[in-house]
Amino acid sequence: MKPVSSIPPDGLIAVVKEDCPTCRLVEPVLQQIGSTKRGIVVYTQDDPTFPCDVPQVIDDRTLNTSFDLEIETVPTLIRHENGQEAERVVGWNRADWQRVTAVADLGEELPAHQPGCGSRSIEPDATYKLRARFGDTGIRARRIQVDQFEDEIETCFDRGWSDGLPVVPPTPERILRMLEGTSRAPDEIVGQVPPDLAPCTIERVAINAVMAGCLPEYMPVVLAALEAALEPNFTLHGILCSTCFTAPLIIVNGPITEKIGMNSSLNALGQGNRANATIGRALNLIVRNVGGGRPGEIDRSTFGAPSKYTFCFAEDESDPEWQPLSVARGVTSGANAVTLFQGEGVQGILDQRSRTPRELTRSLAAGLLAVCHPHICEWAHAVLVISPEHYSIFRAAGWDRDRITDALFEATTRNGEDVVQGAGGIAEGVPKNRAGEMVPKFPPDGLLLVRAGGQAGLYSAILAGWPGGRAYKESHPITREIIE
Amino acid sequence: MNVESTVLHDPTSEFAPVNQPRRRPPTSLKGKIVALQDIGKLRSDEFLDYIEEDLNRRGIKTLRTAKPTNAKRAPVEILQKIEKEADVVVQALAD
Repeated sequence: MKPVSSIPPDGLIAVVKEDCPTCRLVEPVLQQIGSTKRGIVVYTQDDPTFPCDVPQVIDDRTLNTSFDLEIETVPTLIRHENGQEAERVVGWNRADWQRVTAVADLGEELPAHQPGCGSRSIEPDATYKLRARFGDTGIRARRIQVDQFEDEIETCFDRGWSDGLPVVPPTPERILRMLEGTSRAPDEIVGQVPPDLAPCTIERVAINAVMAGCLPEYMPVVLAALEAALEPNFTLHGILCSTCFTAPLIIVNGPITEKIGMNSSLNALGQGNRANATIGRALNLIVRNVGGGRPGEIDRSTFGAPSKYTFCFAEDESDPEWQPLSVARGVTSGANAVTLFQGEGVQGILDQRSRTPRELTRSLAAGLLAVCHPHICEWAHAVLVISPEHYSIFRAAGWDRDRITDALFEATTRNGEDVVQGAGGIAEGVPKNRAGEMVPKFPPDGLLLVRAGGQAGLYSAILAGWPGGRAYKESHPITREIIE
Repeated sequence: MNVESTVLHDPTSEFAPVNQPRRRPPTSLKGKIVALQDIGKLRSDEFLDYIEEDLNRRGIKTLRTAKPTNAKRAPVEILQKIEKEADVVVQALAD
């Protein structure tokens, strides 16, 4: 076998693979052309011994030449003239092959026409690997060469790129594949990521999405989440450097959740779903790697929280009676959207005895009062995730989102004298001068309701918000439409 | 021989250099504990003895550690001991 060589500037070239019935069909044709004075150079993609009895067969199992020639179908017959491609025929077509080769009786015993097979160079993922190996990737981020004896996952740890869990090494082929998930140009700047206010390009998002384990089809959600997180009113810098527990929590609405396989049902707030897990992780890795927000440095969280790894789930929109969160926040029904919330972990509320909406409202409100501290009011937002069984109690009574929200606001509004500093012997609380007021627990847009969870379980879940949101006129949840 | 390597692309803002910067050396050894690590080559112990004598004469505490062989990386236990008990490390080369 000859090594792969440069493509002949003149003459006939064929690219074949043994696995292709049409290539096997034309084997005697290639032998016939090979025996002529003009000859033919055959590049073989899979079996170096195929086709047999042809003088010039070149092993192209690396697919280097197939990539350079942009072969999509085998067999492909090409005529070169003065270093330029003059003619190309794909598959077997006797008349075309006779014309291109100038062999009048070529393949007379074969059928007049038979389509070819797909080239190995366009098999899934091969395109990206070949482009990374032989072409210009166009990736601008700094290249880092990892020696063959190094473990690239350990390299990512050593360089400080990980959140503590292994990351998928961001190789060129993986980045190229991830960039296919968006039509936006790789060099477009999405925004400046705090705390370093570093410009973040689409390419840089793709690199971190690779590391998080995302699939390309998650890219629109990751990008929308990042853009929402970068809205000034989300106060990403604040939640990052705060001593509190908070991290970006992503709630996804719209048909894209089903399209990319997100979980809104059993264990929706937990592990086990790739889209839920990796979209949230990608955002946190971008904050870490691009923004420079690393724990122990600018991230000064006293305890941190598991949500600082990832926290993302989809809302259950299966009930037409229920208005999705995104629609309640101004997005057109049926559109895809993310809502970014400054969230902590999960506090479960177990109520298996309420049977009326009023009972259940009081019960859920009692749990919500504990957000931040039972006596702290108007500082933090909260998300209340209502399970199907709890929701069925509201639904049976005809209570919709607005009715439930209003009832919860009412039930969480208390006499100031019960929550002022010193009330009940508790030093923490609202200022004493509010003793004569009715004090709401949450600011006006401070309670978001979401439906999610498995069918069984008379539970709901509180996702407490950021007490830094006490400047609640400046710090808000953000909802943004996902542009695919 | 074709030596294969993997290419990765930097996920960071690239505000920092590609290699992690070395920690700045202390401005003074006063009150520090200096680990003297014998890398396992011949006569590096003689060099370390000399260094140790000089440091001790200046009132600086030392900690002696040794790799079992110069042909391999230091065992994790030794690295952890140095990390835990010393502030500065001198690794002795052979003559």
